[in-house]
Amino acid sequence: MFQWKRSLLMFCGLSLICGLIYPLIITLTANIFFPEKAKGSIIKSGGQAVGSYLIGQQFTSPRYFHGRPSATDPVYDAGNSGGSNLAPSNAKLIAQASGQVQSIRMENDLTAGAAIPAELVLASASGLDPHISPAAAYMQAERVARERSIERSEVEKLIKDNTEEPFLWIWGKERVNILILNLALDGWKK
Amino acid sequence: MTLSDWLCLILVPLILTLLAIPLGEFMASVFSGGKNYLTPFFLPVERFLYRLLGVDEKEEMSWKSYAVALLFFNAIGIAALLFLQFIQGILPLNPQKLGAVRWDTALNTAVSFVTNTNWQSYSGEQTMSYLTQMLGLTVQNFLSAATGIAVSIAVIRGFIRKNAGTIGNFWVDITRSVLYVLLPLAFIWSVLLVSQGVVQTFSGYETVQTLDGGKQIIALGPVASQEAIKEIGTNGGGFFNANSAHPFENPTPLTNYLEILGLLLIPMALPFALGAMLKNRRQGIAIFAAMMILYLAGLGVFAWVETNGNPLLEKAGVADGINMEGKEVRSGVVGSVIFAHATTVTSCGAVNSMHDSMMPLSGLILLFNMTIGEVIFGGVGVGLIGLLSYAILTMFLAGLMIGRTPELIGKKLELKEMIMSIVIILSPAILLLLLSGIAISTRVGLSSLSNAGPHGLSQIIYAFASASGNNGSAFAGLNANTIFFNLTTALAMLVGRFSTIIPALIIAGALAQKKTVPPSIATFPTTGFLFIAMLVGVIIIVGALTFFPVFTLGPILEHLLMAAGKTF
Repeated sequence: MFQWKRSLLMFCGLSLICGLIYPLIITLTANIFFPEKAKGSIIKSGGQAVGSYLIGQQFTSPRYFHGRPSATDPVYDAGNSGGSNLAPSNAKLIAQASGQVQSIRMENDLTAGAAIPAELVLASASGLDPHISPAAAYMQAERVARERSIERSEVEKLIKDNTEEPFLWIWGKERVNILILNLALDGWKK
Repeated sequence: MTLSDWLCLILVPLILTLLAIPLGEFMASVFSGGKNYLTPFFLPVERFLYRLLGVDEKEEMSWKSYAVALLFFNAIGIAALLFLQFIQGILPLNPQKLGAVRWDTALNTAVSFVTNTNWQSYSGEQTMSYLTQMLGLTVQNFLSAATGIAVSIAVIRGFIRKNAGTIGNFWVDITRSVLYVLLPLAFIWSVLLVSQGVVQTFSGYETVQTLDGGKQIIALGPVASQEAIKEIGTNGGGFFNANSAHPFENPTPLTNYLEILGLLLIPMALPFALGAMLKNRRQGIAIFAAMMILYLAGLGVFAWVETNGNPLLEKAGVADGINMEGKEVRSGVVGSVIFAHATTVTSCGAVNSMHDSMMPLSGLILLFNMTIGEVIFGGVGVGLIGLLSYAILTMFLAGLMIGRTPELIGKKLELKEMIMSIVIILSPAILLLLLSGIAISTRVGLSSLSNAGPHGLSQIIYAFASASGNNGSAFAGLNANTIFFNLTTALAMLVGRFSTIIPALIIAGALAQKKTVPPSIATFPTTGFLFIAMLVGVIIIVGALTFFPVFTLGPILEHLLMAAGKTF
């Protein structure tokens, strides 16, 4: 019986340290040194919150760059993240991929056999991936330029300016955050 | 694979080894009661806690008292976490007004977090209030990790002590694990994560107006503090449903690799701590080497399979058939492979990609990592225990070959140690095969499947391998939030955890009582290449013999049928 009491006391003591004091100290530190990031890296445009730097959004208009398919319901639901969990041998995955490949080729006037970058065809793990590869962005440059009646070179410059490099040249891949890129297209400045 | 892919594959274990050696030495000093550079900060806190809670620091426990204290402590943990989930609706720090968690989900979650499994049948941002995440889940992330470390230290003491009746003090061991090891590391990782964009706030979910004219609700929370200990303690329970694939849990390539380093760090340091405590550093290095050989072999196969892509997708028009389904661009294929390998060789179970969507033979590697008992570095503490059990089995086999009583690190191995090692090695396996058998032969089990064909079998095997191995990762297409799966996986988690911990304490107690046998000319050396090779061989043979038939029907069959162009 003696151990019960000791266990209970130890549990309460350590819970207090790990479950209240520790997260409170981290919250305090985070909000002093990284206040924007701690609150979700929210982007404001004209006083209105329009998204987060880190969270992707759904784009369907041909005037915008398109991102990855999202398996959440509704798509890009940042209140309930998740992937499709389709097996590589699942017929539905292959059918969806074929359909997606066809529609991307159509949208962008590509040849019938053109290979499409994988991330544009396949859903992300979180359903919220804001990034695509530079190749996938350049592939859409022609369409975006035409729809906006601007020079393709201008669009390509924006892609180049918004390409994020791997950390220390090694860790991760080159990538483009399409929410930021699309905001830049609309004339938004960081 | 590109040059940078190769560099990532090679640099991760290299950097980790360089960090693990000093951490191992540091942990050895902490648990031997020595002074270290954190003593000035934490000794007063430690002393204060002991005085307040009536713990006698000098008191020594037999293996039985140690086990009783541990079981009471864990039972209270389960009860408290269960209770918290039931009443979260009326407690503060609940901006989304989330109500009580369903009973079977709550029970599964309580067992899951206390056993260091962190299997999650719920979606974090839809189910748990901020208070539950902090005071319930984060607390158990610390305490279950501390429990694992404590038991491994007790086992090491079993090898060190001679003719002794005690193996240490459970309260002192967990307090020191939390104060000197887990909290400082979690603090460093939290701050690094926040600097990259991991959120840490008590405000409610943000609603934004999207560019395309819609509304998006963005879940927030005190994520960084939980994220850090989730990796450091090899817990793996995500704040959000998508776990470390969620941009707020893992926003950049830097955080991706930080999380990989975090989750392998303590498991990699423990063999070195063993060597330092035994004052026989070559023994620690030998055990580390056996683990590293298995780690690198699995990683090589895994990276090769997954970067080769999916031939069916290539035919559908995807460039090179790269399998980006269920992966994030910022992590990439190789960043996802290293993470998935790390999370299954340890008992972490955090995921930065959806394992269900990985290639069949990749899934096979993940299953193998878990079903051999997560002894390639393994969970904090319990990984080392699992590997020592295999070492005992190896020495038994070596003893049979040379016709001598087996010895390990100066202790004669007898009936009790042998039986308990076999319990540790086989009980999760037996349970996994039994429960999987039940699941695939009942409608209630099969109705949760989301993929047909051999992959469906893999989904069920994966669930019980993850639960009985206390891993917590999933082939997440399986709908595990049913009464059947919540109860069966909870059983698997409990048995998997305590059929490791209790026998380990019995072994510790038995070893401590023995005298030490001085090495002689006839002693089979346990620090050399022969020992390492035998140990690796035993692990692979036991794992392969137990699971080869079911692997053939799951991932291997799926691979062969896919190669023939078949889908389901």
